Amino acid sequence: MADFMFAATGLVVAMVALGLVRLLRGPAAADRIMAAQLLGTGGTAALLLLADAMRAPGAVDVALILALLAAFVSVAFVNALDRSELDRK
Amino acid sequence: MSLVLDGLSILAVCAGAFFFLAGTVGLLRFPDPLSRLHALAKADNLGLGLVVLGLLFQAAGLPAALKLIGVWLLTLLAGATVTQLIARTVRPTEPQA
Amino acid sequence: MAFDTGLAVVVLGVAVWTIAARKTVAAVAGFVAFGLLLALVWVRLAAPDVALTEAAIGSGVTGGLLLGAATRLRRIEPSAAGETLGIGLKLAAAVLCILVATGIAAIVLLLPEPAPTLAPQVAKNLDRTGLGNPVTAVLMAYRAIDTLLEVVVLLLALVGIWSLAPDRAWGGFPGARHHADSDGLLAFVAQLLVPIGILVGIHIFWVGSTAPGGEFQGATILAAMWIFAVMAGLLDTPAVNRRWLRLLLVIGPAVFLAIGLAGFAVAGGFLAYPEAYAKVMILTIEVPVTLSIAATLALLVAGPPERPPNG
Repeated sequence: MADFMFAATGLVVAMVALGLVRLLRGPAAADRIMAAQLLGTGGTAALLLLADAMRAPGAVDVALILALLAAFVSVAFVNALDRSELDRK
Repeated sequence: MSLVLDGLSILAVCAGAFFFLAGTVGLLRFPDPLSRLHALAKADNLGLGLVVLGLLFQAAGLPAALKLIGVWLLTLLAGATVTQLIARTVRPTEPQA
Repeated sequence: MAFDTGLAVVVLGVAVWTIAARKTVAAVAGFVAFGLLLALVWVRLAAPDVALTEAAIGSGVTGGLLLGAATRLRRIEPSAAGETLGIGLKLAAAVLCILVATGIAAIVLLLPEPAPTLAPQVAKNLDRTGLGNPVTAVLMAYRAIDTLLEVVVLLLALVGIWSLAPDRAWGGFPGARHHADSDGLLAFVAQLLVPIGILVGIHIFWVGSTAPGGEFQGATILAAMWIFAVMAGLLDTPAVNRRWLRLLLVIGPAVFLAIGLAGFAVAGGFLAYPEAYAKVMILTIEVPVTLSIAATLALLVAGPPERPPNG
């Protein structure tokens, strides 16, 4: 069971990595902000799976913080973007 | 009984991983930022939901299960609202008259 | 194990991309991604407390700080991009980094087996501290003086940032005024997530005595939520000459120091706790320190005052 969970975590991390490759490169600013969101969902899934695979319930708290702070950083990025739009006008 | 629970967990987590795969394929292949955002928000959140479902079967008691559901709800909430904000940077809404 | 190798490769890849990125905001995005992935690594290394801190401070709040800096520097970015470092200097920096990394790796890999550690003593005396989490015990009982000094250092950093204020804005409001957006979307997001975040922050602080967590992580979440509310236009930053703000910032270190000095009288040493009351003392220190650190971190990200205090 633990091996299966590790494998699932590996798959999710691989998906996040692939997504990051595409997003961090992407020309639109929105793409880079999406990288934070991708980590918010994918990273949370990976952490929850790890929490079960490693029998480490503390990792669920890390997932909680990850979800919260990914949202916070995304909003900070959107704000920074809006300010730059305003500067240009 | 635990064999049944393990089987259900494996099934749900596999389905969740499949949706993560689908979401990433969408991210890689869709032509413009808004459709990529769509793939990210919908598919990945559904994948997370299925993963949480699978982990619920393995949960050690009610508080742990409630916490897992709490994490999922928070991610869903944050994701739904923040993706709206991100979409607005791509295509701003009509300015107020 | 294949999973660990894969994770390490991904983390290194993101790190290399971040250094090579051309625009500052892109690099900050890479940095945040790197930090959040690093939290996964810490969990793999069985260090959930560090993972919590990495996700909260190393990635979230520092990301906000870097974005603020990137925004301020945006105007001069085109001219600054023209002055790139020469190839010789870049090579020298790369060689130095490689040497340091190799040195650390060598030290870790060449440790004698079993590695010298104080962990058994920490575990043996854990019940005398009244705590269940060995990391919190080290932070608040065995090495409390380090924590006290860290809290004071944060305060000094804040004073340093405040001293960057232009004369007309001395003692004024940090940062520009954010207004709620016309759709109300950002305000809605904030009204939804900030109360949840505050609850999560208090929860992480509270479980720190027996499970991974503690005051720094909890305080960071509270600080992030406050910054969130300011970004959404729900609150304005307080003027830095307000007495209540300064009291809030100082009360944590003050209580910490007072209990430390009282330790001389009560238990025979600086920051010594009488054995029966150890947990109570630690809690008495932790609550004001959490509030102070939350305020300090939030104000650190808000930056130096920009608007005059009575204008």
